[in-house]
Amino acid sequence: MLNSSQLLFPHIRNLHLFPIDAMPTTERRPILLDFEKPLAELESRISQIRELADENEVDVSAQIHQLESRAVQLRQEIFTSLTPAQRLQVARHPRRPSTLDYVQAISDEWIELHGDRRSGKDDPALVTGVARIEGRPVVMLGHQKGRDTKDNVTRNFGMASPSGYRKAMRIMEHANRFGMPILTFIDTPGAWAGLEAEQMGQGEAIAYNLREMFRLEVPIICTVIGEGGSGGALGIGVGERLLMFEHSVYTVASPEACAAILWKDASRSAQAAEALKITALDLKNLGILDQLLPEPVGGAHSDPLKAAEILKAAILHNLEELLAMTSEERQQLRYQKFRKIGVFTE
Amino acid sequence: MSLFDWFANRKKLGPISKERQEREIADGLWKKCESCGVLTYIKDLQANQMVCLECGHHHRIFSHERIRQLIDADTWQAFDDHINPKDPLRFRDRKAYSDRLRDMQAKTQLKDAVQTGMGQIEGLPVVLGVMDFRFMGGSMGSVVGEKLTRLIEYGTQNKLPVVIVCSSGGARMQEGMLSLMQMAKISGALERHRQARLLYVPVLSHPTTGGVTASFAMLGDIILAEPKATIAFAGRRVVEQTLREKLPDDFQTAEYLLNHGFVDVIAPRTQLKKMLAQLIRLHQPYSPKNYQANSDQVNPERHSLSNSGSRTSIGTSS
Ligand SMILES: [Zn+2]
Repeated sequence: MLNSSQLLFPHIRNLHLFPIDAMPTTERRPILLDFEKPLAELESRISQIRELADENEVDVSAQIHQLESRAVQLRQEIFTSLTPAQRLQVARHPRRPSTLDYVQAISDEWIELHGDRRSGKDDPALVTGVARIEGRPVVMLGHQKGRDTKDNVTRNFGMASPSGYRKAMRIMEHANRFGMPILTFIDTPGAWAGLEAEQMGQGEAIAYNLREMFRLEVPIICTVIGEGGSGGALGIGVGERLLMFEHSVYTVASPEACAAILWKDASRSAQAAEALKITALDLKNLGILDQLLPEPVGGAHSDPLKAAEILKAAILHNLEELLAMTSEERQQLRYQKFRKIGVFTE
Repeated sequence: MSLFDWFANRKKLGPISKERQEREIADGLWKKCESCGVLTYIKDLQANQMVCLECGHHHRIFSHERIRQLIDADTWQAFDDHINPKDPLRFRDRKAYSDRLRDMQAKTQLKDAVQTGMGQIEGLPVVLGVMDFRFMGGSMGSVVGEKLTRLIEYGTQNKLPVVIVCSSGGARMQEGMLSLMQMAKISGALERHRQARLLYVPVLSHPTTGGVTASFAMLGDIILAEPKATIAFAGRRVVEQTLREKLPDDFQTAEYLLNHGFVDVIAPRTQLKKMLAQLIRLHQPYSPKNYQANSDQVNPERHSLSNSGSRTSIGTSS
């Protein structure tokens, strides 16, 4: 499936493909998170033993097998007991599959569309397009982080500008006119906070999307694939269904900002990450999340194709349910989903 | 003692001594303007809706005072004032959120950062929400979200215009994602109100920022702002960090937003009630009969005098 989309759209080959396919071997060196170190040490010991055994022509396959199963077990242990701060690191992992990675993996075909037709610029931090998933035409859109430093500068680290949010709205209106379901992918540290963004009405751009997404008649499924950063995430996050990958996060304010404001100490961000309840499981418990998507052990970046498969299956399943409803039922469902969120006494 | 008597008495006493003035400042009878430094008798200031008589600076006011200024006497009916915040995340920063809530409630006599209700503005029924900056910086958590949503829903059901006076630092971090989701919840209620072709006018007072700006503050059919109010999505310091140069002085002020097309009218507080009434009337269905019946109320001169001119009225009566 991935290959067919590559062949159909050779022009995007160089843009955003899974690192495992597109990156030259030297760049495929894994990027280690600190809590992965014991695992990395174990793995390097295994390869050392293997090399030594080869040189000395000794059969150590039994020992290797044992160590390898220990490595699998260790990986499992590490990734099932991540703290919120560690999960945040996984969510921000530079190799974590991005919107365009998933779009290409789950769609039969895809054409990226550009521009809000208003501001005179196209925002590369938020990508939109028409696509087909298992034969059905849909609109897909999402924040787009860069794959390397240069790309990240172009993409502004996935922090969208007003023109990005307005482009998203333009494409969603388009979907509504043609009866195409909308799939959004959330992956941003937050909306861009620059001078120009304020001047162009960042607040208005997000607010407008929040209101208008309630009006649309087609199904809307939103998935947090990495980092759900505050209003910038919510600006494409109003739908009947909210899905979230296991190691992604969704937060009212970045733990760093929260620590700086509430603890007056930015180094308390791990504590803030814990207190803010930002993980998929937390949000499930708070009644905000509809479906938690499990990730391959080691995180989505360790097996992007597997992650894409999980995502696609979940989207198709939800889509089927939503398409069985009338547009009024969907609007009602969307309204009620948010209407019931909140905790208070009376 | 009526205001008139009070002024008359004051006149009799003649110029007051410096000592006495200092004592009265300490007693809170005088207020020093943060903008021009001039001292004004609190009662003079109150009579001018807490707008400096010298320089026009808008002193911060809170929800009770705002309701009193906007709503016709004896027409206010509070909604949902029994709704109490909870601490769903058991959040604790340097202080436990539950303690913060208790202290804030004791200090402000409010349950949370918004008052909502129904009343009349120059005889016109409206539903009104007023955020209160004293209560944790007017931050929006579940209670603010729920009360505003119910208010808007009530407006939709009863075909009433909605006015919300904003004053907020944004989403309340202590309630985590529950707070962020209130932005969507309120926006959804506003969508239904809009579908019913009803008027919504937010009034942006100092400061309106963050998640409030990125939701209901910017969704007005017509958006009013108080002079010089800070209106922002991202905080000034955050924006500054993204830049090498200094920001313009008027950056993120009401006037700046007006110049960039995000605010319709800068409404001085002394004109606000009149302007809201005027806007509501302008959006009522036209019939020659209605217009005749309202025309004496529409006469703007009378209202501006009686609402704002404490000095004028003293001058003419003494
Ligand atoms: Zn002054």
